[in-house]
Amino acid sequence: MSGPLSPALPPQAVADEVTPSVGPLRRRRVRWGDRLLFGYTWVVLLWLFAPIAVMIAFGFNDTKSKSNVSWQGFTFKWWGRLGDYPDLTTAVTNSLSIALLATLVTTVLGTLMGIALGRYRFRGQAATNLVMFAAISSPELVMGASLLSLFISLGVQTGYMTIVLAHVLFSVSFVAVTVRARVVGLDGSIEEAARDLGASTWITFWRVTFPMILPGVVSGALLAFALSIDDFVITQFTSGATITFPLWIYGAVRIGVPPQVNILGTLIFAVGVAIAVVNTVTSRRRT
Amino acid sequence: MIETQAGKEAAVAAASDISPVPAIELDGVVKEYQAHGEVVQAVKGVSLAITEGEFFSMLGPSGCGKTTTMRMIAGFEDPTRGTVRLHGQDVTDVPPNKRDVNMVFQSYALFPHMNVWENVAFGLRRKRVPDQEIKRRVGEMLEIVALTGREKRRPREMSGGQQQRVALARALVNNPRALLLDEPLGALDLKLRQAMQIELKRIQREVGITFVYVTHDQNEALTMSDRIAVMNDGLVEQLAGPREIYERPATKFVAGFIGTSNLLSGTAEAVSGGTATIRVGDRDRVLVPVADGTLEGGAVEVTVRPEKIRISHEEPGADLSAVRGTVAEVVYLGTYNSYAVNLAGGAEFTVFEQNARDSSITAERGDSVWLSWQPQHSYAIGS
Repeated sequence: MSGPLSPALPPQAVADEVTPSVGPLRRRRVRWGDRLLFGYTWVVLLWLFAPIAVMIAFGFNDTKSKSNVSWQGFTFKWWGRLGDYPDLTTAVTNSLSIALLATLVTTVLGTLMGIALGRYRFRGQAATNLVMFAAISSPELVMGASLLSLFISLGVQTGYMTIVLAHVLFSVSFVAVTVRARVVGLDGSIEEAARDLGASTWITFWRVTFPMILPGVVSGALLAFALSIDDFVITQFTSGATITFPLWIYGAVRIGVPPQVNILGTLIFAVGVAIAVVNTVTSRRRT
Repeated sequence: MIETQAGKEAAVAAASDISPVPAIELDGVVKEYQAHGEVVQAVKGVSLAITEGEFFSMLGPSGCGKTTTMRMIAGFEDPTRGTVRLHGQDVTDVPPNKRDVNMVFQSYALFPHMNVWENVAFGLRRKRVPDQEIKRRVGEMLEIVALTGREKRRPREMSGGQQQRVALARALVNNPRALLLDEPLGALDLKLRQAMQIELKRIQREVGITFVYVTHDQNEALTMSDRIAVMNDGLVEQLAGPREIYERPATKFVAGFIGTSNLLSGTAEAVSGGTATIRVGDRDRVLVPVADGTLEGGAVEVTVRPEKIRISHEEPGADLSAVRGTVAEVVYLGTYNSYAVNLAGGAEFTVFEQNARDSSITAERGDSVWLSWQPQHSYAIGS
C-alpha cells in the first residue's frame, strides 16, 4: 500500500542509478563489467517502477466487476467519475490537509531543532539526539500503540488533531536530521561576514543563514509530507472516527478497490514527483 | 573614485596632524577562554595603536593570538579585560554590525547564494544607501579589483584569486575606517599569492584605508607592511617597521621567527665605548654594540644574520668579529650558496654567500674556516 504512494522520494534515487550507465554509452568499447552494471541498473529500475506502472495503468482499466485486478480494456471513464464515493473524497481531503498541516508544523519545529543541534553545544544535547534516533528507529506499531494508550490515559478524544500530532511526532526527527547536516556543513564565517557588513542577527538569519540551509529544509519538508500522506499504522491507532486515504483503501480491500483509488494515487504520485524534480533542479542551481 | 581620493586626503591630513587620533587602539586587551575547566589566555595583554592609512601587520605562529586580537577589533570576540577604541571611540561593547571596520576572511566567506554584484552590494544595502549610489560604488569597486563584467557570476564559478578579490571588494566598497584581513592569501598558490601581495599594496595606496593584516608568513608581512607587530604566546614581542624587525630583532623569538638567525651566547669581557667584546677562543672574538650600563662579566646573547657573514680561509682584520669553525655542509641554491658551519664553541652557524662572481664556492665540506662580520651587524638581545 505504501508502494504506490511513497515515491515522492525515488526520483533522486533514479538520478543516482541512471548516471553510471551514461559513461559506458559514450565510450566506444564497452567492457563486460560495464554491460553487467548497465543491465543490473535497468533491472533495479524496473523492479522499483513496475508496481507504480501497474497502479497507473489500472486507473484506465475498463473493469466490469467490483475488483479491479484483471485488465479488461482501456477507458477514461473513471476520471469523470472521481467523486463517485463521497467518503473516499473526504478521506483524500483529510489526508492532504493532515499532511500539509503536519508538514508545516514539522518543518518549523524540525528546522529550529536542526539549527540548535548543528550550531550549539548545550545541556541535554546528547539526550535530544538519542530521543530523535529512537523516534526514527522505533517500530510504527510500537509508537502507534503507545500513542493510543497515552491519548486514552490523558483522556484525549482521538481524531483529526491526534493524527496531526502523531505525524508531527514521527517526522520531526527526519527534518531535524536533514537540517542539522546542512548546518554542520556551513562555514560559520559566512554569517560573521554578514554581521561584519552591517546585518543584524535577524537580517543575517533571513538573508544568509536561511537561504543556505533552504535545500535541507525543503528536503526535510518533502520527506515529512511523504511520510505523513501514506502513513497507515500509526494513523490507524490515533484516528478515532477520522478516515484518511490509506485507511479508506484498507477498508475497501475486502470488497474491492475501485479504479478511482488508482487515479487518486496517480495524481498524488505525479504531484510528489513534480515537487521533487523542481527541488532537485532549483537546489542544483542554488549551490 | 571620489571616496578613494577623499580617503587619501584624510590619510595625508592625519599624517600631518601633530597628535593624530589612532585609527585603532588596543589598551591592555586580554582574552581568556574556558577550556576543559581551565582558563586559557589566548591574548595576554596587548596594547598598540594603529595609525590612520597605515598598512599594519600582526605576524606570528599559529596560536599566538593574532587572529583573536583581530577578531576583538572586528567585534566577534569580547575582550575579557581591556579597551578597544576606533578613532578614539570606545567600541569594546559595540556589536560587529555597528562597527565601522570590515573584514576579509581567510575562507573568503562569500555568500554562495548571491552573485558577485549582490555580494559586493550587501553592506551598502544594509546601510540603506540609495540604489543609484550602490550601482555606482559597486561598479567602481569591481573596476578596482578588475572584476568588471563578472557581476552575474556565482562565487563557486570563480577561481580562488577571483573569489579573493570579490571578498576584498565586498569589504572595501563600504569605505570602512579600517580593513581587517585574516590571512587572506593563505589558500592561494605561491605565484598568485605574490601577485596578490603587490595588488593588495596597490589597492591600499589607492584607497588610503588603514589595513590590518594578520599572517604567519614573514615574507608577506615584510613585503607589504608599514609596521609589523610580531606576536608570540599572546603577547607582542616587537612592534616596528620591517627593516628594523629584520635588522634589529628585539627578542630571541623575533630573531628566530623572522628569517634565519645565528645565535651565540657568551660573557661580556670588556665593555668600552658602547661595544662589548666577547671572547670565544684565544684568537676568536665577537664585538657587539651594547646599551650603556651593560656590565663586564654579564651574560650576553648575540644574533647575526647569515648574509652579513663573510667566510674566508685567512684570518680577518682585528676590527671585525671573527670566529673559527668547520664547514659541515655546503648547499648550492642558485642565487647564493648556503654553508652550515660548526663553531669551536659548539654553536652551528648558517652563512649565505651571494653567487655574484662565478659558480665556484669558497670552502668545501670539512674545511677549517674563519667567519667574520662588522660589529654593527650583530646585536645583543634580550631573551
